[in-house]
Amino acid sequence: MEMQPADFNGSVGLRFKWRKSKSTAMYVLSGLSALIAIVPLVLIFYYTLSIGVSALNWDFFTKLPKPVGETGGGLANAIAGTLILVGIGSSISLPVGIMAGIYLSEFGNNPFGMTVRFLTDVLNGVPSIVTGVVAYTIIVIPMSRFSAYAGGVALAILMIPTITRTTEEMLKIVPQSYREAALALGISQWKTSLRIVLRTAMGGIITGVMLAVARAAGETAPLLFTALNNRFWHTTLDQPIASLTVFIYNYGVSPFDDWIAQAWAGALVLMVMILALSVAVRIATRSRYPEQ
Amino acid sequence: MERRFEKEIESLKTTLIKMGSVVEDNLSMAIQSLFEEKIELAKKIVDGDERINSLEIEIDNAVVDILALKQPVATDLRLILAVQKINNDLERIGDHAVNIAESAVELIRTPANEPLLEIPRMADITKAMLRHALDSFILVDPELARSVLERDDQIDKLNRDMTKKVIGLIKSDARTVESGIDLIRISRNLERVADLTTNIAEEVIFLTQARIVKHNAEEKSKAPHN
Amino acid sequence: MIVTQEQTIGVPQKNESLIARPSEDFPKSNKLVVENLHAFFGSVHALNGISLRIPLNSVVAIIGPSGCGKSTFLRSINRMHEIIPGSRITGKILLDGTDVYSMDAVFLRRRIGMVFQKPNPFPTMSIYDNVAAGLKMNGLRNRKKLDEIVERSLHKAALWDEVKDSLSKSGVSLSGGQQQRLCIARALAVNPEVLLMDEPASALDPSSTAKIEELMYELKESYTIVIVTHNMQQAARVSDLTAFFYLGQLIEYDETKKIFTMPKEKQTEDYITGRFG
Repeated sequence: MEMQPADFNGSVGLRFKWRKSKSTAMYVLSGLSALIAIVPLVLIFYYTLSIGVSALNWDFFTKLPKPVGETGGGLANAIAGTLILVGIGSSISLPVGIMAGIYLSEFGNNPFGMTVRFLTDVLNGVPSIVTGVVAYTIIVIPMSRFSAYAGGVALAILMIPTITRTTEEMLKIVPQSYREAALALGISQWKTSLRIVLRTAMGGIITGVMLAVARAAGETAPLLFTALNNRFWHTTLDQPIASLTVFIYNYGVSPFDDWIAQAWAGALVLMVMILALSVAVRIATRSRYPEQ
Repeated sequence: MERRFEKEIESLKTTLIKMGSVVEDNLSMAIQSLFEEKIELAKKIVDGDERINSLEIEIDNAVVDILALKQPVATDLRLILAVQKINNDLERIGDHAVNIAESAVELIRTPANEPLLEIPRMADITKAMLRHALDSFILVDPELARSVLERDDQIDKLNRDMTKKVIGLIKSDARTVESGIDLIRISRNLERVADLTTNIAEEVIFLTQARIVKHNAEEKSKAPHN
Repeated sequence: MIVTQEQTIGVPQKNESLIARPSEDFPKSNKLVVENLHAFFGSVHALNGISLRIPLNSVVAIIGPSGCGKSTFLRSINRMHEIIPGSRITGKILLDGTDVYSMDAVFLRRRIGMVFQKPNPFPTMSIYDNVAAGLKMNGLRNRKKLDEIVERSLHKAALWDEVKDSLSKSGVSLSGGQQQRLCIARALAVNPEVLLMDEPASALDPSSTAKIEELMYELKESYTIVIVTHNMQQAARVSDLTAFFYLGQLIEYDETKKIFTMPKEKQTEDYITGRFG
C-alpha cells in the first residue's frame, strides 16, 4: 500500500505544502540572522580601513604623538606600550593560569577544587573596569604612582580565568588512556600530568591563551586606572605607559580630524597585531602541538 | 615467521608416518613367522604391537589437543581428521598382524606340512598395498592411492578362493581341519588388513581433493590484484 | 609449581585458596604469587579471595564473562587500579617474593609493564619518542643508548622492519595493529620482567591479532606474560595456563590443555562451550 502524506482535510497534499513553506521560512530567517550577525564585523573593517588607512604611514609606527594642534606624529609609544602591558600580564597569568588549570583538571575533584572553579567563573564575569579599580587599590596606591606594572597586573587578573578554565577543559578532554599508558610505564603522576597530558592538550591550551591575550590587548577600562597613559616614551616600568586602547579612547572622541584618523589607524593596527600574533603562534606550534 | 601451528602439524604427520613404519614391520614379521618358527620373532611382534598402541594414544592426544587449542579449519581440519582415521586404521592393522602371528604359531605346530596355498600371494599383495597407501600419504599422491583401491578386489577374490580350497582340503582329509581353520583365519586377517589399507588410501584421496582446492586458491591469490 | 584445584566430588570448591601441587610440566619457579586477593570499589566487592601462582616465562590467560573481575585482577598486579578513587585491596601479591604493595608504585610499574585494549601511542610524539618515552621521562639522555634500546624494542615487537625508515613520523600515523605493536615496544623499552596485557588484540583485525599472538609466543622466552582476553580461542592458542574467573572468584586454574579438553568445574565447561556468558 502506498503511503500518502497525511490527508485529514480531504484535499491531497495541503498539509504537506504548509509544512514545506514553514520549513523554507525558517531556513530563510536563520540565514538572514546569520548575515545580520556579521554586519558589525563588516562595518568595523569598513570604517577602520576607510578612515584609518589615511593615517597609516611610516611616522605612525615610529614617531611620538604631536602636541595638541599640530598634525602628524604617530603612536609608536602606544604600540610598544600595548605590547609591554600584554607581555607583563601574560608573564603573570600564563604560569598561574596553566598551573591552576592543571590542578583543577588532574587533582581538583574535591570541595576546594570546586570552589576555585566556581570563583574563577565568577571572576571571568567581573566587569573589567572593576578589575581596574581593584588593581588601582592594591598596586597604584601602595606604589603611589601609576605604572606599567599595575597595568600588567590588571590585565593578568583579566586573563587568568580564561586561561585557567581553558587549560582545565583541554586537559580534561585528553583521554584517560594516555594517562594510564604513561603511569603504566613507571612515570610519576606529576611528570605524567606535566609532560604527557599537558603536551597533548597544548594545542587547545594555546588557543585559550591566544583568546586571553586578544582580550587583554583590547581592554581599555582597567588601564585607565593603572597604566594611565603617556604621551612620551616611558623610561622605566614603574611609570605610566601608553597603550593603543587608551589612545583610541582619547583620540576617538576628540574634535581633531587627524586624531580621529589616528584613532582608527590605531584600531586597525591593534586588530592586525592581534591577528598576526595568533597566526604566528599557530604556525610556530602547529607541528609540535597539533590541535586535537 | 613459520607458524607454530604448522610445526605442530608436521610433528603430528611425522609421528603418524613413524607409526606406519612400525606397523609395516610388524606385518612383515607376522608373515615371516609363517615360514620360520622363531621365538625372537614372536617377541618382537609383541613389543612392536605395544609400541603401536602407545603411538596410537600419543597421536590421539595430539589430535585432541590441536582441535581444542588451535581450532583448525578447512584443509588443516581435514588433515587432522584424516590423521585420526589413519591412526585408527593402522592400529587395527597392527592387531591383525598379531592375529596372523598367533595363527602362524598354531599352524607351524601341526605336524603335517600343509601347503600355504594362496597365502604367500595374498601376503605379498597386502604388504605392497600397505606400503603404497602409506607412501601415497607421505607423497600426497592420489594416483598411488587409487592403485591401492584397485587391488582390493584381487584380495577379496583370493580370500574366497582360499576358503573354497581349504574346504576342499578338509573334505578330502578330515585331519587337516585344525590347520585348515588356521589357514582361513590367516586369510581373513590378510583380507581385513587389505580393507584397512584401502581405508587409508581413501583418506588420502579425500585429503588430496581438498588440497587441489587449496592449490587453486593459492594460484588465484598469486594473480595480480585489481 | 602450577596450582590446580583440589576437587571433592560433587562439592564445588569456591572461596578456598588453591592448593599448590607440583607438576612435571612446570618445574619453573614462580614469578608472581597472589595470595587471597580481595578488591573493593567503594562497597562493591570486585575480587573475592583470589589465590594463584604464575610461573616464570609462562603465558597465563585470564578468561571469563564481562564483569567477572579479570581486568580488575590484572590492574591490581601493577597497582593501576589505585588510580580509581575508592579502590581498596587486601591480600598479597608477591613479585619474586616481595609484596608489590610494599614497593614504590612508580618503581613497580617499571618492572611490570602493561599493554591496553585500545592502542594508545602518545599522539604528540614520533614513533621513536614513543618507544623512548618511558626511558626519557626517567632521566636517560644518552642518545646512543636510546637509539640502541629503541631499535631493540622495536625488533622485539616485530615492528622494526616496518618503521625503521620513518622513526620520526607521528606515532598515530600507523595502522591499528602497528600502533599496538608500538605500544608493546614502548612497554618493553623500560625492560620489565612481567608484561600484563588487557585484551591486547580485541580492537584489531584478524591478521594483526595473529601477529600479536605469534609475538606473545616469542616474548615468553624472556618475559612472564599475563593476558586478559574475552576470546577463549585466543586463550587456547597462546597460553600455557588458563584461569577462569566468574563474578569475582577464581573458579578453575590449570594447564590450558586440561582446561580446554577436560575442565574440572561444570561452570568452566559451560562457559567454554558457550552455554553461558
